[in-house]
Amino acid sequence: MLRPVSAWIDDYRPGGGVYDEMFTADRQVRPAYEQVVGGLERIDPTEMRTRVEFLQHIYADQGVTFDIGGQETPFPLDLLPRIIQPADWAVVEAGVRQRVAAQERFLADVYGEGDLFRDGVIPRQVVTSSHHFHRAAAGLRPVNDVRIHVAGIDLIRDPEGRFRVLEDNFRVPSGVSYVMTNRRAITSALPEVAGEHRIRPVQTYPSRLRAALTACAPRGIDDPTIVVLTPGVYNSAYFEHALLARMMGVELVEGRDLLCQNGHVSVRTTRGLSPVHVIYRRVDDEYLDPSQFRADSLLGVAGLINAARRGNVTIANAVGNGVADDKLVYTYVGDLIRYYLGQEPVLPGVDTWRLEEPAHREEVLDRLDELVVKPVDGSGGKGISIGPASSRAELDALRQRIIDDPRGWIAQPVVQLSTVPTVIDGTLAPRHVDLRPFAINDGSDVWVLPGGLTRVALPEGELIVNSSQGGGSKDTWVLEDDSAPEPVVIPNAFVPESISLSVQPPDHNMVEPHSKQQEQQQQGGAGGC
Amino acid sequence: MLSRIAESLYWIGRYVERAEDTCRILDVHLQLMVDDPSTDPQESATTLLAVLGMPGTTGPVAPEELLTMLQYDHTSTCSVLAALEGAREAARRARETVSPEMWESLNATWNAVRAGQLRRMRPVAGLTYVRERCALIAGMADSTMSHDEGWHFLRLGRAIERVDMSARLMLWAAVSRRSSSAWNNALRACGAIHAFRRTHGAATLDEDAAEFLLVDRLFPRSVVYSLTMAESALAELEPGSLRSGFDSEALRILGRARTELEYEPLSELLTELPEALARLQQVCISVDAAISQRYFVGALSPAWTGGGV
Repeated sequence: MLRPVSAWIDDYRPGGGVYDEMFTADRQVRPAYEQVVGGLERIDPTEMRTRVEFLQHIYADQGVTFDIGGQETPFPLDLLPRIIQPADWAVVEAGVRQRVAAQERFLADVYGEGDLFRDGVIPRQVVTSSHHFHRAAAGLRPVNDVRIHVAGIDLIRDPEGRFRVLEDNFRVPSGVSYVMTNRRAITSALPEVAGEHRIRPVQTYPSRLRAALTACAPRGIDDPTIVVLTPGVYNSAYFEHALLARMMGVELVEGRDLLCQNGHVSVRTTRGLSPVHVIYRRVDDEYLDPSQFRADSLLGVAGLINAARRGNVTIANAVGNGVADDKLVYTYVGDLIRYYLGQEPVLPGVDTWRLEEPAHREEVLDRLDELVVKPVDGSGGKGISIGPASSRAELDALRQRIIDDPRGWIAQPVVQLSTVPTVIDGTLAPRHVDLRPFAINDGSDVWVLPGGLTRVALPEGELIVNSSQGGGSKDTWVLEDDSAPEPVVIPNAFVPESISLSVQPPDHNMVEPHSKQQEQQQQGGAGGC
Repeated sequence: MLSRIAESLYWIGRYVERAEDTCRILDVHLQLMVDDPSTDPQESATTLLAVLGMPGTTGPVAPEELLTMLQYDHTSTCSVLAALEGAREAARRARETVSPEMWESLNATWNAVRAGQLRRMRPVAGLTYVRERCALIAGMADSTMSHDEGWHFLRLGRAIERVDMSARLMLWAAVSRRSSSAWNNALRACGAIHAFRRTHGAATLDEDAAEFLLVDRLFPRSVVYSLTMAESALAELEPGSLRSGFDSEALRILGRARTELEYEPLSELLTELPEALARLQQVCISVDAAISQRYFVGALSPAWTGGGV
């Protein structure tokens, strides 16, 4: 039976000990969502069902997919948008900018003078033992001092509703394409609801990115040739690579399309080799240049790092950024912000145990069944162990792995991610979400895309939201500040002359009704048989 | 071929193109209402209708009315249903000339729309449906009809309608002064956004967009491309070739309009863009009249074809 939205709202039961973003603890709708609820309640149940169905097939039709284990899967998108109030967003924006600024300084320092080691901010060994610390990047100073052209910072909301940083992605953060396609899909599905809100737009991202990539071009190149380097169609984020190239109006290339000669990079075209100046690469460091990293990689191009070192090509994001994503380094980011910027962190992190420290390790090994343990260089939710959800045998195996390689792991308490109501089986149910805002650094400013990707863990109670683990997403609406001036409506110019469209004239030889009558008569006469 | 049949084919070309373009405009208009908070829905609807030359629409139009008017209004000249009906009626009169495949795709589309298909779909999905069906009809015509005289009339109609509708779309963008995204929308409405980005990159400058839609020689919906297409169709229809000038009034009008666009400095075109676009619409009316006079009105003005081979 189809139930109206008001029944969905009445039946909704947020979980305990969790921050629900739509309902307060005493089940009042929070102000941010009042208008959405009102709008949804005006849509009748049958209509609502067609809208849910519309969303279910639109991504399959458009080919908005995510590759899971070699299978192209439409990225599940929930009907109900997630709403972020201007005041909350101001905190997120400031926090993300601060974090990117500090990490830029950190990377410059790590691959440059190394002042931070001398000042004892972080042990040198923590950095050099990171899998993503690449000596190949040492002394390689980017043109406009930008290494983090694009950042994606994963945030969660704790039970008090405060945003906390869960992890950083300064290598090749993905997901921004879904921010744009989600907005398109949801505004088509709920035009009347979207139209009632002043939502900050997200469609400017590709032109921002292109501007940032133009700004980091080698010296003396005003109008650089930019390419997006993809591992190919089998990559899980291939859809995104193609979309960004398309929206920026640049070529999407694979490693085999590129050629390095004499420290210059070119792309093979039907008209011969053509120089390339900026490579927005979506290929991991290890695969980028077989002459420097994995010799068996076919995804990159030999000689790329040398070309970058000679200043003939810019690689974005820079090689070696992964050291700033390392989850052990993550435990020092607060100190890095204080050290480089002289500020307190705007966004707190999550308490983390460093397993190389014996006292920490002892405590964690005793409490494995209640903690979350993560590999320091993992991404996509791989290798994460959630204590309460793990079996005895899994925990024993984990214990051994930690003892063998304490540098490889960190431990955190189980953080209850906030929930947002999600349409499940024709009604609303609480589901855990995170938020990945995206930032672009063009060298003069760090710009944060208003919104970002909200990922939803679709199974009940699930805390891992990663798309590669079957997560879905929500459109994320950052509302315009009320104090922002109302948009000035400038009236349209006068249409000089309104000219009617031509239509086929009636038959030239006969008067219309007359001819029709005659044709019918004729038919009547002949068709008497 | 019979003048009557030629006229029908010409109008199938025009009406199918019109149904498709109307859907594109509506699609962009709907998106604009959601995206751009600085848009006044009522004023926007009124402007749109004025640009489309809808007769008898004075006074404000509610947004939901607009959708009905442009999709279902029988009496309007550019609603999807009216255009499909016109095309279908013309095809019925030339039933033995149009290929069965083309007839069926056109007839099925008209039947579905008439039966309320668009009302049952999400507005955006409905518009996509019509656009795709129009592409199907055009593709069926191109691939199943002999590329003979009749097909050239079909192509001629399509090209002239495209010039007319593209000019109106650009006029829409040119008069929408407030919206920074106006030209982006015009590009989208012409189905040109992808091609434009491949040529000019992500940042849309008004001048670049106007230039692309007006005078680009490779994009099949630019005005110059469409004018060239109309000229080539007419050239195929002209018997014999002359050593100088053009015998056909329609060709002369089209050629003048195209050369004016191509040889006029772009900066001058852009300073009086609305006027230039209004002139283009007048060109379409004159060409239409010239074609009708020359080919359709019972060969009132026979042309001397000479005795040559």
